[in-house]
Amino acid sequence: MAELLIPITVFVLASFVGFEVITKVPPTLHTPLMSGSNAISGITIIGAIIAAGEDVGAVAAVLGFLAVTFATINVVGGFLVTDRMLEMFKKDRP
Amino acid sequence: MNVTVAGYLYLVAAALFIFGLKRLSSPATARRGNQLAAAGMLLAVVVTLTDRQIVGYGTIVAGLVVGSGIGAVLARRVEMTAMPQLVAAFNGFGGGASALVAAVELLRDPASPLRTLVTIALSALIGAITFSGSFVAYGKLQGIVSGKPVTYPGQRFVDLLIALGTLGVAGWLATTGSPTALWAVLGASLLLGVVRVLPIGGADMPVVISFLNSLSGVAASMAGFVIDSNALIISGALVGASGLILTNIMVKAMNRSLGNVLFAAFGAEAAVAGPGAGEKTARSATPEDVAITLAYARSVIIVPGYGLAVAQAQHVLRELASALESRGVDVKYAIHPVAGRMPGHMNVLLAEADVPYDQLYDLEDINPEFDHTDVALVVGANDVVNPSARDDPSSPIYGMPILDVDRAQHVIVVKRSLSPGFAGIDNPLFYLDKTMMLFADAKKGLGEVVSAIAEL
Repeated sequence: MAELLIPITVFVLASFVGFEVITKVPPTLHTPLMSGSNAISGITIIGAIIAAGEDVGAVAAVLGFLAVTFATINVVGGFLVTDRMLEMFKKDRP
Repeated sequence: MNVTVAGYLYLVAAALFIFGLKRLSSPATARRGNQLAAAGMLLAVVVTLTDRQIVGYGTIVAGLVVGSGIGAVLARRVEMTAMPQLVAAFNGFGGGASALVAAVELLRDPASPLRTLVTIALSALIGAITFSGSFVAYGKLQGIVSGKPVTYPGQRFVDLLIALGTLGVAGWLATTGSPTALWAVLGASLLLGVVRVLPIGGADMPVVISFLNSLSGVAASMAGFVIDSNALIISGALVGASGLILTNIMVKAMNRSLGNVLFAAFGAEAAVAGPGAGEKTARSATPEDVAITLAYARSVIIVPGYGLAVAQAQHVLRELASALESRGVDVKYAIHPVAGRMPGHMNVLLAEADVPYDQLYDLEDINPEFDHTDVALVVGANDVVNPSARDDPSSPIYGMPILDVDRAQHVIVVKRSLSPGFAGIDNPLFYLDKTMMLFADAKKGLGEVVSAIAEL
Protein backbone atom coordinates (compact mmCIF):
# COMPACT_ATOMS: atom_id res chain seq x y z
CA MET A 1 0.00 0.00 0.00
CA ALA A 2 3.04 2.27 -0.36
CA GLU A 3 1.40 3.90 -3.39
CA LEU A 4 -1.35 5.19 -1.12
CA LEU A 5 1.08 7.10 1.11
CA ILE A 6 1.12 10.31 -0.92
CA PRO A 7 -2.64 10.58 -1.53
CA ILE A 8 -3.31 9.82 2.14
CA THR A 9 -0.80 12.51 3.13
CA VAL A 10 -2.60 15.00 0.88
CA PHE A 11 -5.94 13.97 2.38
CA VAL A 12 -4.79 14.39 5.98
CA LEU A 13 -3.07 17.74 5.40
CA ALA A 14 -6.04 19.09 3.45
CA SER A 15 -8.33 18.05 6.31
CA PHE A 16 -6.21 20.12 8.72
CA VAL A 17 -6.39 23.11 6.37
CA GLY A 18 -10.16 22.59 6.19
CA PHE A 19 -10.51 22.61 9.98
CA GLU A 20 -8.39 25.77 10.28
CA VAL A 21 -10.23 27.69 7.59
CA ILE A 22 -13.77 26.58 8.48
CA THR A 23 -13.41 27.24 12.21
CA LYS A 24 -13.11 30.95 11.35
CA VAL A 25 -16.47 31.08 9.58
CA PRO A 26 -18.98 32.89 11.85
CA PRO A 27 -22.25 31.09 12.76
CA THR A 28 -24.26 33.67 10.83
CA LEU A 29 -22.78 32.26 7.60
CA HIS A 30 -23.12 28.58 8.43
CA THR A 31 -25.93 27.92 5.95
CA PRO A 32 -24.08 29.52 2.99
CA LEU A 33 -20.95 27.71 4.20
CA MET A 34 -22.77 24.42 4.00
CA SER A 35 -24.30 25.02 0.58
CA GLY A 36 -21.04 26.49 -0.73
CA SER A 37 -18.82 23.70 0.57
CA ASN A 38 -21.45 21.33 -0.75
CA ALA A 39 -20.91 22.81 -4.21
CA ILE A 40 -17.16 22.33 -3.75
CA SER A 41 -17.73 18.63 -2.99
CA GLY A 42 -19.23 18.56 -6.46
CA ILE A 43 -15.59 18.51 -7.62
CA THR A 44 -16.36 14.87 -8.19
CA ILE A 45 -17.63 16.27 -11.53
CA ILE A 46 -14.02 15.84 -12.71
CA GLY A 47 -14.23 12.12 -12.11
CA ALA A 48 -17.69 12.08 -13.65
CA ILE A 49 -16.51 13.78 -16.86
CA ILE A 50 -13.63 11.34 -17.22
CA ALA A 51 -15.98 8.42 -16.53
CA ALA A 52 -18.54 9.64 -19.07
CA GLY A 53 -15.86 10.26 -21.71
CA GLU A 54 -14.63 6.69 -21.75
CA ASP A 55 -15.92 4.00 -24.07
CA VAL A 56 -16.71 1.09 -21.77
CA GLY A 57 -20.11 -0.07 -22.99
CA ALA A 58 -23.74 0.89 -22.63
CA VAL A 59 -24.13 0.34 -18.86
CA ALA A 60 -21.07 2.44 -18.08
CA ALA A 61 -22.29 5.13 -20.47
CA VAL A 62 -25.61 5.40 -18.61
CA LEU A 63 -23.83 5.49 -15.26
CA GLY A 64 -21.39 8.09 -16.62
CA PHE A 65 -24.23 10.26 -17.86
CA LEU A 66 -25.95 10.07 -14.47
CA ALA A 67 -22.67 10.87 -12.71
CA VAL A 68 -22.13 14.04 -14.78
CA THR A 69 -25.77 15.08 -14.35
CA PHE A 70 -25.76 14.57 -10.57
CA ALA A 71 -22.42 16.31 -10.09
CA THR A 72 -23.48 19.24 -12.29
CA ILE A 73 -26.72 19.70 -10.32
CA ASN A 74 -24.59 19.73 -7.19
CA VAL A 75 -22.06 22.25 -8.55
CA VAL A 76 -24.32 24.66 -10.46
CA GLY A 77 -27.18 24.57 -7.98
CA GLY A 78 -24.86 24.80 -4.99
CA PHE A 79 -22.90 27.85 -6.14
CA LEU A 80 -26.00 29.65 -7.44
CA VAL A 81 -28.06 29.21 -4.30
CA THR A 82 -25.10 30.23 -2.13
CA ASP A 83 -24.72 33.39 -4.19
CA ARG A 84 -28.42 34.08 -3.84
CA MET A 85 -28.18 33.82 -0.06
CA LEU A 86 -25.00 35.85 0.32
CA GLU A 87 -26.49 38.63 -1.77
CA MET A 88 -29.11 39.09 0.95
CA PHE A 89 -26.60 39.64 3.77
CA LYS A 90 -26.40 43.41 4.15
CA LYS A 91 -24.96 45.61 6.83
CA ASP A 92 -26.74 48.83 5.87
CA ARG A 93 -30.04 49.55 7.52
CA PRO A 94 -32.83 49.53 4.97
CA MET B 1 -3.40 19.03 -22.47
CA ASN B 2 -0.08 18.02 -20.99
CA VAL B 3 -0.66 15.98 -17.81
CA THR B 4 1.75 18.05 -15.74
CA VAL B 5 0.22 21.35 -16.81
CA ALA B 6 -3.21 19.94 -16.02
CA GLY B 7 -1.93 18.89 -12.60
CA TYR B 8 -0.76 22.42 -11.80
CA LEU B 9 -4.05 23.90 -12.97
CA TYR B 10 -5.96 21.51 -10.69
CA LEU B 11 -3.76 22.76 -7.86
CA VAL B 12 -4.78 26.34 -8.73
CA ALA B 13 -8.43 25.25 -8.59
CA ALA B 14 -7.92 23.68 -5.15
CA ALA B 15 -6.19 26.88 -3.95
CA LEU B 16 -9.16 28.92 -5.21
CA PHE B 17 -11.47 26.73 -3.12
CA ILE B 18 -9.39 27.46 -0.02
CA PHE B 19 -9.26 31.22 -0.73
CA GLY B 20 -13.01 31.13 -1.33
CA LEU B 21 -13.69 29.40 1.99
CA LYS B 22 -11.35 31.84 3.77
CA ARG B 23 -13.44 34.76 2.54
CA LEU B 24 -16.50 33.21 4.13
CA SER B 25 -15.06 34.43 7.44
CA SER B 26 -16.97 37.71 6.99
CA PRO B 27 -20.34 38.51 5.41
CA ALA B 28 -18.65 41.46 3.67
CA THR B 29 -16.30 39.25 1.63
CA ALA B 30 -18.33 36.04 1.52
CA ARG B 31 -20.03 36.61 -1.81
CA ARG B 32 -16.72 37.19 -3.56
CA GLY B 33 -15.40 34.07 -1.83
CA ASN B 34 -18.17 31.94 -3.25
CA GLN B 35 -17.48 33.37 -6.71
CA LEU B 36 -13.78 32.52 -6.36
CA ALA B 37 -14.66 28.94 -5.50
CA ALA B 38 -17.02 28.78 -8.47
CA ALA B 39 -14.23 30.09 -10.71
CA GLY B 40 -11.98 27.33 -9.36
CA MET B 41 -14.63 24.77 -10.25
CA LEU B 42 -15.00 26.16 -13.77
CA LEU B 43 -11.22 25.97 -14.23
CA ALA B 44 -11.17 22.35 -13.03
CA VAL B 45 -14.00 21.42 -15.42
CA VAL B 46 -12.36 23.10 -18.42
CA VAL B 47 -9.02 21.42 -17.70
CA THR B 48 -10.76 18.06 -17.43
CA LEU B 49 -12.61 18.54 -20.72
CA THR B 50 -9.26 18.90 -22.52
CA ASP B 51 -8.03 15.72 -20.85
CA ARG B 52 -6.37 12.69 -22.23
CA GLN B 53 -8.71 9.72 -21.81
CA ILE B 54 -11.84 11.34 -23.19
CA VAL B 55 -12.97 9.69 -26.42
CA GLY B 56 -16.53 11.01 -26.79
CA TYR B 57 -18.14 14.25 -25.70
CA GLY B 58 -21.80 13.42 -26.37
CA THR B 59 -22.60 11.94 -22.97
CA ILE B 60 -20.60 14.62 -21.15
CA VAL B 61 -22.31 17.55 -22.83
CA ALA B 62 -25.74 15.96 -22.32
CA GLY B 63 -25.03 15.52 -18.61
CA LEU B 64 -23.65 19.04 -18.21
CA VAL B 65 -26.65 20.61 -19.94
CA VAL B 66 -29.29 18.57 -18.08
CA GLY B 67 -27.51 19.02 -14.73
CA SER B 68 -27.01 22.78 -15.17
CA GLY B 69 -30.67 23.24 -16.06
CA ILE B 70 -31.96 21.28 -13.08
CA GLY B 71 -29.44 22.87 -10.69
CA ALA B 72 -30.19 26.41 -11.82
CA VAL B 73 -33.96 25.97 -11.58
CA LEU B 74 -33.71 24.42 -8.10
CA ALA B 75 -31.39 27.18 -6.89
CA ARG B 76 -33.58 30.00 -8.20
CA ARG B 77 -36.96 28.62 -7.18
CA VAL B 78 -36.22 27.45 -3.64
CA GLU B 79 -37.85 29.27 -0.73
CA MET B 80 -35.37 30.20 1.99
CA THR B 81 -37.42 28.18 4.49
CA ALA B 82 -36.82 25.10 2.28
CA MET B 83 -33.04 25.55 2.20
CA PRO B 84 -32.34 22.50 4.43
CA GLN B 85 -34.17 20.20 2.00
CA LEU B 86 -32.31 21.66 -0.95
CA VAL B 87 -28.92 21.25 0.69
CA ALA B 88 -29.87 17.69 1.63
CA ALA B 89 -30.76 17.00 -2.02
CA PHE B 90 -27.50 18.54 -3.27
CA ASN B 91 -25.55 16.43 -0.75
CA GLY B 92 -27.34 13.41 -2.14
CA PHE B 93 -26.53 14.23 -5.76
CA GLY B 94 -22.85 14.79 -4.88
CA GLY B 95 -22.62 11.50 -3.01
CA GLY B 96 -24.44 9.69 -5.80
CA ALA B 97 -22.04 11.09 -8.40
CA SER B 98 -19.02 9.88 -6.39
CA ALA B 99 -20.51 6.39 -6.12
CA LEU B 100 -21.17 6.32 -9.88
CA VAL B 101 -17.62 7.45 -10.69
CA ALA B 102 -16.34 4.50 -8.66
CA ALA B 103 -18.78 2.18 -10.44
CA VAL B 104 -17.66 3.22 -13.93
CA GLU B 105 -13.99 2.88 -12.95
CA LEU B 106 -14.64 -0.67 -11.84
CA LEU B 107 -16.50 -1.58 -15.03
CA ARG B 108 -13.63 -0.08 -17.05
CA ASP B 109 -11.03 -2.26 -15.37
CA PRO B 110 -12.26 -5.00 -12.99
CA ALA B 111 -8.67 -6.25 -12.77
CA SER B 112 -7.44 -3.08 -11.03
CA PRO B 113 -4.84 -3.49 -8.28
CA LEU B 114 -6.06 -4.11 -4.73
CA ARG B 115 -5.50 -0.52 -3.57
CA THR B 116 -7.71 0.83 -6.36
CA LEU B 117 -10.38 -1.78 -5.64
CA VAL B 118 -10.37 -0.84 -1.95
CA THR B 119 -10.94 2.83 -2.77
CA ILE B 120 -13.59 1.94 -5.35
CA ALA B 121 -15.44 -0.08 -2.71
CA LEU B 122 -15.20 2.78 -0.17
CA SER B 123 -16.25 5.42 -2.68
CA ALA B 124 -19.25 3.36 -3.81
CA LEU B 125 -20.24 2.60 -0.23
CA ILE B 126 -19.94 6.12 1.23
CA GLY B 127 -21.37 7.76 -1.89
CA ALA B 128 -24.42 5.49 -2.01
CA ILE B 129 -25.15 5.90 1.72
CA THR B 130 -24.92 9.68 1.28
CA PHE B 131 -27.27 9.49 -1.69
CA SER B 132 -30.08 7.48 -0.12
CA GLY B 133 -29.65 8.96 3.38
CA SER B 134 -29.84 12.50 1.98
CA PHE B 135 -33.01 11.81 0.05
CA VAL B 136 -34.70 10.30 3.10
CA ALA B 137 -33.67 13.45 5.01
CA TYR B 138 -35.06 15.49 2.11
CA GLY B 139 -38.34 13.59 2.34
CA LYS B 140 -38.59 14.15 6.09
CA LEU B 141 -37.87 17.88 5.82
CA GLN B 142 -40.26 18.27 2.90
CA GLY B 143 -42.97 16.35 4.75
CA ILE B 144 -43.10 13.50 2.20
CA VAL B 145 -41.74 11.01 4.75
CA SER B 146 -42.94 11.10 8.36
CA GLY B 147 -40.81 13.48 10.44
CA LYS B 148 -41.32 11.17 13.40
CA PRO B 149 -38.70 8.53 14.08
CA VAL B 150 -39.71 5.32 12.31
CA THR B 151 -39.03 2.44 14.68
CA TYR B 152 -40.00 -1.19 15.12
CA PRO B 153 -38.98 -4.01 17.47
CA GLY B 154 -35.62 -5.58 16.67
CA GLN B 155 -34.66 -2.61 14.51
CA ARG B 156 -31.12 -2.34 15.86
CA PHE B 157 -30.50 -6.01 15.13
CA VAL B 158 -31.80 -5.69 11.57
CA ASP B 159 -29.75 -2.52 11.03
CA LEU B 160 -26.66 -4.24 12.37
CA LEU B 161 -27.20 -7.14 9.96
CA ILE B 162 -27.55 -4.72 7.03
CA ALA B 163 -24.42 -2.83 8.10
CA LEU B 164 -22.40 -6.04 8.43
CA GLY B 165 -23.77 -7.29 5.12
CA THR B 166 -22.74 -4.02 3.44
CA LEU B 167 -19.22 -4.29 4.83
CA GLY B 168 -19.13 -7.92 3.74
CA VAL B 169 -20.02 -7.22 0.10
CA ALA B 170 -17.62 -4.25 0.14
CA GLY B 171 -14.87 -6.65 1.17
CA TRP B 172 -15.94 -9.01 -1.61
CA LEU B 173 -15.72 -6.15 -4.14
CA ALA B 174 -12.33 -4.99 -2.85
CA THR B 175 -10.79 -8.44 -3.11
CA THR B 176 -12.33 -9.69 -6.36
CA GLY B 177 -13.29 -6.66 -8.46
CA SER B 178 -16.42 -8.56 -9.48
CA PRO B 179 -19.10 -6.39 -11.15
CA THR B 180 -21.74 -8.48 -9.34
CA ALA B 181 -20.12 -7.42 -6.06
CA LEU B 182 -20.30 -3.80 -7.24
CA TRP B 183 -24.08 -3.98 -7.68
CA ALA B 184 -24.36 -5.69 -4.31
CA VAL B 185 -22.36 -2.91 -2.62
CA LEU B 186 -24.43 -0.18 -4.25
CA GLY B 187 -27.70 -1.90 -3.32
CA ALA B 188 -26.71 -2.67 0.26
CA SER B 189 -25.33 0.85 0.84
CA LEU B 190 -28.48 2.47 -0.53
CA LEU B 191 -30.55 0.32 1.81
CA LEU B 192 -28.25 1.16 4.74
CA GLY B 193 -28.63 4.91 4.11
CA VAL B 194 -32.42 4.56 4.17
CA VAL B 195 -32.68 2.45 7.32
CA ARG B 196 -30.14 4.63 9.15
CA VAL B 197 -31.93 7.95 8.54
CA LEU B 198 -35.57 6.76 8.85
CA PRO B 199 -35.39 6.30 12.65
CA ILE B 200 -34.05 9.83 13.20
CA GLY B 201 -36.60 12.47 14.23
CA GLY B 202 -37.27 15.68 12.31
CA ALA B 203 -35.79 17.84 15.09
CA ASP B 204 -32.44 16.13 14.64
CA MET B 205 -32.27 16.79 10.89
CA PRO B 206 -29.80 19.71 11.29
CA VAL B 207 -27.28 17.21 12.64
CA VAL B 208 -28.07 14.67 9.95
CA ILE B 209 -27.69 17.16 7.10
CA SER B 210 -24.38 18.42 8.51
CA PHE B 211 -23.11 14.87 8.85
CA LEU B 212 -24.23 13.90 5.33
CA ASN B 213 -22.52 17.08 4.10
CA SER B 214 -19.32 15.77 5.63
CA LEU B 215 -19.87 12.33 4.09
CA SER B 216 -20.42 13.84 0.63
CA GLY B 217 -16.97 15.42 0.98
CA VAL B 218 -15.38 12.16 2.10
CA ALA B 219 -17.05 10.37 -0.83
CA ALA B 220 -15.52 12.92 -3.24
CA SER B 221 -12.11 12.36 -1.63
CA MET B 222 -12.48 8.60 -2.05
CA ALA B 223 -13.37 9.11 -5.71
CA GLY B 224 -10.14 11.15 -5.88
CA PHE B 225 -8.20 8.14 -4.58
CA VAL B 226 -9.85 6.02 -7.28
CA ILE B 227 -8.95 8.26 -10.22
CA ASP B 228 -5.66 9.50 -8.70
CA SER B 229 -6.73 13.13 -8.51
CA ASN B 230 -5.29 15.42 -5.85
CA ALA B 231 -7.89 18.06 -6.69
CA LEU B 232 -10.67 15.68 -5.62
CA ILE B 233 -8.80 14.50 -2.55
CA ILE B 234 -8.11 18.06 -1.34
CA SER B 235 -11.57 19.47 -2.05
CA GLY B 236 -13.30 16.46 -0.59
CA ALA B 237 -11.21 16.70 2.57
CA LEU B 238 -12.08 20.41 2.96
CA VAL B 239 -15.78 19.61 2.78
CA GLY B 240 -15.40 16.59 5.04
CA ALA B 241 -13.79 18.83 7.68
CA SER B 242 -16.40 21.55 7.23
CA GLY B 243 -19.28 19.14 7.65
CA LEU B 244 -17.72 17.61 10.76
CA ILE B 245 -17.28 21.04 12.38
CA LEU B 246 -20.91 21.94 11.70
CA THR B 247 -22.06 18.55 12.96
CA ASN B 248 -20.13 19.11 16.15
CA ILE B 249 -21.59 22.61 16.66
CA MET B 250 -25.11 21.23 16.17
CA VAL B 251 -24.79 18.30 18.58
CA LYS B 252 -23.27 20.61 21.21
CA ALA B 253 -26.12 23.09 20.80
CA MET B 254 -28.54 20.21 21.40
CA ASN B 255 -26.50 18.80 24.26
CA ARG B 256 -26.26 15.46 22.49
CA SER B 257 -23.60 13.28 21.00
CA LEU B 258 -23.44 12.26 17.36
CA GLY B 259 -23.92 8.62 18.35
CA ASN B 260 -26.99 9.57 20.37
CA VAL B 261 -28.52 11.45 17.43
CA LEU B 262 -27.81 8.69 14.93
CA PHE B 263 -28.89 5.75 17.05
CA ALA B 264 -31.28 6.91 19.80
CA ALA B 265 -34.50 7.75 17.86
CA PHE B 266 -34.93 10.84 20.06
CA GLY B 267 -38.51 12.03 20.28
CA ALA B 268 -39.93 8.55 19.74
CA GLU B 269 -41.14 8.23 23.33
CA ALA B 270 -44.47 9.87 24.08
CA ALA B 271 -44.27 13.41 25.42
CA VAL B 272 -44.66 13.61 29.19
CA ALA B 273 -46.40 16.70 30.52
CA GLY B 274 -44.35 18.69 33.00
CA PRO B 275 -45.18 18.26 36.69
CA GLY B 276 -48.13 20.34 37.78
CA ALA B 277 -48.49 22.02 34.42
CA GLY B 278 -52.15 22.72 35.14
CA GLU B 279 -51.63 24.57 38.42
CA LYS B 280 -49.49 27.40 37.17
CA THR B 281 -50.96 30.41 35.46
CA ALA B 282 -49.49 32.34 32.60
CA ARG B 283 -50.19 36.06 32.20
CA SER B 284 -51.94 36.76 28.93
CA ALA B 285 -51.36 40.17 27.34
CA THR B 286 -53.01 42.21 24.59
CA PRO B 287 -51.09 43.60 21.60
CA GLU B 288 -51.50 47.05 23.19
CA ASP B 289 -49.81 45.89 26.44
CA VAL B 290 -46.96 44.46 24.40
CA ALA B 291 -46.67 47.65 22.31
CA ILE B 292 -46.38 49.85 25.41
CA THR B 293 -43.79 47.59 27.06
CA LEU B 294 -41.67 47.51 23.92
CA ALA B 295 -42.03 51.16 22.93
CA TYR B 296 -40.93 52.51 26.31
CA ALA B 297 -38.00 50.13 26.72
CA ARG B 298 -34.42 51.28 26.20
CA SER B 299 -33.18 47.94 24.95
CA VAL B 300 -34.92 44.97 23.38
CA ILE B 301 -33.44 41.62 22.42
CA ILE B 302 -35.50 39.63 19.94
CA VAL B 303 -35.27 35.84 20.09
CA PRO B 304 -36.64 34.30 16.90
CA GLY B 305 -37.42 30.59 16.65
CA TYR B 306 -38.51 28.41 13.79
CA GLY B 307 -42.16 29.18 14.58
CA LEU B 308 -41.42 32.65 13.23
CA ALA B 309 -40.46 31.21 9.85
CA VAL B 310 -43.42 28.82 9.82
CA ALA B 311 -45.74 31.79 10.31
CA GLN B 312 -43.79 33.75 7.64
CA ALA B 313 -43.47 36.57 10.15
CA GLN B 314 -39.86 37.61 9.46
CA HIS B 315 -40.89 40.71 7.52
CA VAL B 316 -43.41 41.97 10.05
CA LEU B 317 -40.84 41.32 12.80
CA ARG B 318 -38.39 43.53 10.94
CA GLU B 319 -41.08 46.22 10.64
CA LEU B 320 -41.57 46.02 14.39
CA ALA B 321 -37.80 46.35 14.97
CA SER B 322 -37.65 49.38 12.64
CA ALA B 323 -40.57 51.02 14.44
CA LEU B 324 -38.82 50.51 17.77
CA GLU B 325 -35.50 51.80 16.45
CA SER B 326 -37.11 54.94 15.12
CA ARG B 327 -38.31 55.54 18.69
CA GLY B 328 -34.71 55.22 19.91
CA VAL B 329 -34.94 51.66 21.27
CA ASP B 330 -31.75 49.59 20.96
CA VAL B 331 -32.70 46.38 19.12
CA LYS B 332 -30.62 43.21 18.83
CA TYR B 333 -31.40 39.69 17.70
CA ALA B 334 -30.24 36.62 19.63
CA ILE B 335 -29.80 33.56 17.43
CA HIS B 336 -29.57 30.11 19.00
CA PRO B 337 -27.53 27.66 16.88
CA VAL B 338 -30.59 25.43 16.44
CA ALA B 339 -33.08 28.28 15.90
CA GLY B 340 -33.68 27.09 12.34
CA ARG B 341 -33.67 23.75 10.58
CA MET B 342 -29.96 23.77 9.71
CA PRO B 343 -26.86 25.60 10.97
CA GLY B 344 -27.23 29.35 10.37
CA HIS B 345 -30.71 28.94 8.86
CA MET B 346 -32.37 31.67 10.96
CA ASN B 347 -29.69 34.16 9.93
CA VAL B 348 -30.53 33.56 6.27
CA LEU B 349 -34.26 33.92 6.94
CA LEU B 350 -33.67 37.25 8.72
CA ALA B 351 -31.25 38.43 6.03
CA GLU B 352 -34.01 37.77 3.51
CA ALA B 353 -36.25 40.09 5.56
CA ASP B 354 -33.54 42.81 5.31
CA VAL B 355 -32.36 42.53 8.91
CA PRO B 356 -28.78 43.89 8.93
CA TYR B 357 -26.36 41.12 9.87
CA ASP B 358 -24.54 43.25 12.46
CA GLN B 359 -27.70 43.11 14.60
CA LEU B 360 -27.55 39.32 14.80
CA TYR B 361 -25.75 37.92 17.83
CA ASP B 362 -24.66 34.39 18.72
CA LEU B 363 -25.48 32.64 21.95
CA GLU B 364 -22.14 33.32 23.69
CA ASP B 365 -22.08 36.99 22.68
CA ILE B 366 -25.63 37.84 23.67
CA ASN B 367 -26.16 35.86 26.89
CA PRO B 368 -24.25 38.30 29.15
CA GLU B 369 -26.45 41.12 27.79
CA PHE B 370 -29.84 39.85 29.02
CA ASP B 371 -29.01 40.97 32.59
CA HIS B 372 -29.13 44.62 31.57
CA THR B 373 -31.80 44.40 28.90
CA ASP B 374 -35.30 45.79 29.44
CA VAL B 375 -37.29 43.39 27.29
CA ALA B 376 -36.63 40.01 25.71
CA LEU B 377 -39.13 39.32 22.91
CA VAL B 378 -39.43 35.61 22.14
CA VAL B 379 -41.18 34.77 18.87
CA GLY B 380 -41.83 31.17 17.92
CA ALA B 381 -39.04 29.77 20.09
CA ASN B 382 -39.54 27.44 23.03
CA ASP B 383 -36.97 24.84 24.07
CA VAL B 384 -34.00 27.14 23.35
CA VAL B 385 -35.27 29.59 26.00
CA ASN B 386 -36.37 26.98 28.56
CA PRO B 387 -34.66 27.80 31.89
CA SER B 388 -35.03 24.21 33.11
CA ALA B 389 -32.29 23.25 30.63
CA ARG B 390 -30.05 25.36 32.87
CA ASP B 391 -31.60 24.92 36.33
CA ASP B 392 -33.41 21.60 36.55
CA PRO B 393 -31.17 18.50 36.49
CA SER B 394 -34.25 16.26 36.12
CA SER B 395 -35.28 17.92 32.85
CA PRO B 396 -34.75 15.85 29.71
CA ILE B 397 -33.04 18.83 28.08
CA TYR B 398 -30.88 19.67 31.11
CA GLY B 399 -27.45 20.85 29.97
CA MET B 400 -28.57 22.14 26.59
CA PRO B 401 -27.21 25.65 26.11
CA ILE B 402 -30.05 28.19 26.18
CA LEU B 403 -30.57 31.89 25.70
CA ASP B 404 -30.97 33.40 29.19
CA VAL B 405 -34.08 35.44 28.35
CA ASP B 406 -35.43 34.99 31.89
CA ARG B 407 -32.67 37.33 33.10
CA ALA B 408 -34.11 40.31 31.21
CA GLN B 409 -36.34 42.77 33.12
CA HIS B 410 -39.40 41.73 31.14
CA VAL B 411 -40.10 38.82 28.86
CA ILE B 412 -42.70 38.82 26.10
CA VAL B 413 -43.51 35.50 24.45
CA VAL B 414 -45.47 35.41 21.20
CA LYS B 415 -46.89 31.93 20.82
CA ARG B 416 -50.10 30.30 19.66
CA SER B 417 -50.74 28.43 22.91
CA LEU B 418 -48.99 26.97 25.93
CA SER B 419 -48.38 23.69 24.10
CA PRO B 420 -44.92 22.24 24.62
CA GLY B 421 -42.25 22.35 21.91
CA PHE B 422 -40.57 19.66 19.84
CA ALA B 423 -39.16 17.86 22.85
CA GLY B 424 -42.58 17.86 24.57
CA ILE B 425 -41.24 19.61 27.65
CA ASP B 426 -43.10 22.20 29.72
CA ASN B 427 -41.46 25.63 29.86
CA PRO B 428 -41.37 27.41 33.28
CA LEU B 429 -40.48 30.66 31.48
CA PHE B 430 -44.13 31.07 30.50
CA TYR B 431 -45.25 31.17 34.15
CA LEU B 432 -42.77 33.73 35.49
CA ASP B 433 -44.16 36.96 36.99
CA LYS B 434 -42.07 39.00 34.56
CA THR B 435 -43.40 37.12 31.52
CA MET B 436 -46.37 38.24 29.44
CA MET B 437 -47.78 35.91 26.82
CA LEU B 438 -49.23 37.19 23.58
CA PHE B 439 -51.29 34.24 22.39
CA ALA B 440 -51.44 34.69 18.64
CA ASP B 441 -50.13 33.58 15.30
CA ALA B 442 -46.75 35.31 15.05
CA LYS B 443 -47.53 37.21 11.85
CA LYS B 444 -50.96 38.42 12.97
CA GLY B 445 -49.89 39.16 16.55
CA LEU B 446 -46.79 41.12 15.59
CA GLY B 447 -48.79 43.02 12.96
CA GLU B 448 -51.21 44.16 15.68
CA VAL B 449 -48.30 45.20 17.89
CA VAL B 450 -46.84 47.28 15.04
CA SER B 451 -50.19 49.06 14.55
CA ALA B 452 -50.51 49.63 18.28
CA ILE B 453 -47.03 51.19 18.44
CA ALA B 454 -47.91 53.50 15.55
CA GLU B 455 -50.87 54.80 17.58
CA LEU B 456 -48.85 55.57 20.71
